[in-house]
Amino acid sequence: MDNISLLTMAPVLNVQLLVDGLLIGAIFALVAYGLALVWGVTNVKNLAQGDFVMMGGYIAYAMTLAGIHPFLALPVAIVLMFAFGWLIYKTVIYRVVDKDLFTSLLATFGIAIVVQQLLNLIFGPEVKIAESGFGIGEYLDGGLTVSNIKVIAFFLALALALVVVLFMKKSRMGQAIRATSQNARAARIMGIDTDKVYAITFALNAAICGAAGVLISMIWVIQPYFGTSYSIRAFVIVTAAGLGNLPGVIMAGLGLGALEQFGSFILGAEFQQAIVVGLLLVILVIRQIQQSRHRQVVK
Amino acid sequence: MRLSQNSIALYVVVIALGFLASLLFPNELAQISGLVIVVVLIQTWILANKYMSVGQRAFVLYAVVIICGIAAPFAFPNYVTQIAILWLMILFALTWDMMGGQMGYNSLGNIIFFGVGMYASAIVQIGLYYDVAQYTSHAGAVKVQYDWFQYVFGMGLGLIAAAISAVVVAVVLGRVVFGLRGPYFAIGTLGAAIAAGELVGAWDYVGGGGGITMPTFPGSGDERSLFFYFALFGLALFTFAFLKWLYSRRYALAVNAIRDDEDKAEAMGIHTLRYKTVAWAMSAFLLGMSGAVFGNMSGFVEPLEVAFPTITFGIFMVLMALLGGKGTLWGPVLGAVVFHIIKELTWTYFLGWQWVALGMLIIINVAYFQQGILGWAQEKWPDFFGLTVDESDTREAAADASGEASK
Repeated sequence: MDNISLLTMAPVLNVQLLVDGLLIGAIFALVAYGLALVWGVTNVKNLAQGDFVMMGGYIAYAMTLAGIHPFLALPVAIVLMFAFGWLIYKTVIYRVVDKDLFTSLLATFGIAIVVQQLLNLIFGPEVKIAESGFGIGEYLDGGLTVSNIKVIAFFLALALALVVVLFMKKSRMGQAIRATSQNARAARIMGIDTDKVYAITFALNAAICGAAGVLISMIWVIQPYFGTSYSIRAFVIVTAAGLGNLPGVIMAGLGLGALEQFGSFILGAEFQQAIVVGLLLVILVIRQIQQSRHRQVVK
Repeated sequence: MRLSQNSIALYVVVIALGFLASLLFPNELAQISGLVIVVVLIQTWILANKYMSVGQRAFVLYAVVIICGIAAPFAFPNYVTQIAILWLMILFALTWDMMGGQMGYNSLGNIIFFGVGMYASAIVQIGLYYDVAQYTSHAGAVKVQYDWFQYVFGMGLGLIAAAISAVVVAVVLGRVVFGLRGPYFAIGTLGAAIAAGELVGAWDYVGGGGGITMPTFPGSGDERSLFFYFALFGLALFTFAFLKWLYSRRYALAVNAIRDDEDKAEAMGIHTLRYKTVAWAMSAFLLGMSGAVFGNMSGFVEPLEVAFPTITFGIFMVLMALLGGKGTLWGPVLGAVVFHIIKELTWTYFLGWQWVALGMLIIINVAYFQQGILGWAQEKWPDFFGLTVDESDTREAAADASGEASK
């Protein structure tokens, strides 16, 4: 708790934490947007979300090992993860897509375990980073230091999100995806191949996660078991913002990033996971209170 | 004729299983005696099928299970701990199924009660004769020596404390999470279990992340393993008997109604929140006691790996119930046995890949084998289970009826 007084004494620290939090929060929002996409269209709650992110990160790491700059890993990760997502849909998800919700939750949990363990077997449990080789920028007379790659990653995340949003709004496939999410049965009657839409959506989500993973491997660290906390973060953001609420997802993502930075600064870094999980519980309880008020009206 | 074919098939399956299991026991004597036991069991089963009524058959089955349970630690003295864990796993699967299978509330956080019970009993057992804060601050440097009376008395009180505190946690937590439906309930309970582990890890009074060393067992090593074997065996038997009684009551109809359609059940006058809370409290009661026993058995209590192992025991219990067939009494038992054998085999022969195998098992189970072993068997041989398939309102029956009417 001593750190609170530190924050009041050195106001520039607040700015530092806020900027760090917002920059990382944009990537959280990107991952959460993918989750909301799959959730809204296929009604599958993907617990392997964070592990897809880690896969993207390890693709970037593997490419730096081969001497290729991690930026070039971005398109590679998108293509590879799209194919991987397609494969997972065609082998597992299509079996559970119309089953009860717990089934899909457990199936994706199984995928999460397999991905984590395979990454662990291939790359080992150590923390890894993909060096981007960009310098550190200093602002506010040296009080605020931000590595340039974080800023670049922030704008890349925004650009990616923009591309996905444009794809959803403008392209035929995007329209088909939105139609399916509104009413799958009606979409089928209108001649939309909903199975293909589901597969594309799931693969698109995997590609988004892969891209986010590449960014994270450059600005933070990756480790086989860190995926779970990204999954929880994505759930926190989507539960707080609600489905189909893009501005909400972005705001919640940025907010979560900032909150986590402040929380772990004040309480200590070892509580970072506990903070996110606690936040999830608080949001679920608030949602429940809102719903119970709604039910009283029905009574 | 059909019976004999079935019995041959049963023989083949069980001998194959016995062979797989015998890989676990490198000792030749144990292998041979295991196979002999298996053959005797099947022969009894076939004779029972031929000459006995359903009630007598059930009696023979229970008698065989109990005799095997009592004989197992003496027949396989090297594997007492593994078989004891098997009983714990059966208890896990049964208590999970009380919520997930019978009531449709798929909790991923039931392990919380296991941990709460473990810590409650640890505090009581040590606090009875020592100052807990002082004891834990030494982080196990002080060895606690209890005599028989102190140990058994302390453990008895610990069991009671474990059960009560787990029930209290269940009731309080139930107030919070029972408003959540479907996947939110699963995610909420999973979050609660992870948060509980983190919180206890930060609580210095009970030793924080460093954990607590439990009091040492006063007897010899063999006595110790037998003592805990029979404690877990008794607890699992009690759980099974209790659930068998419970599922024959009105209670079962009410919770099944909640599973099928909660809103309609409420409209029919079932006080759903009360039923849900009672169901969770009962499974917490049993899990809390098993936690107390397991904490003493492992001799060391620690928040993440022993008390709140969300991704091991917490997921195993779900998986076992699903594997065996959820919503039945025998399904979770069967699932636990099969799962435990698979788990021990992979942990022995595929070390390093065991978690990949486990994840694959989850995926295959939920994606391709949803009905579970018992559900599959019931579909395959409905007569054997005394099930009759009501075909009067199927489409074929309706077509036949209309065809006859038009004639």
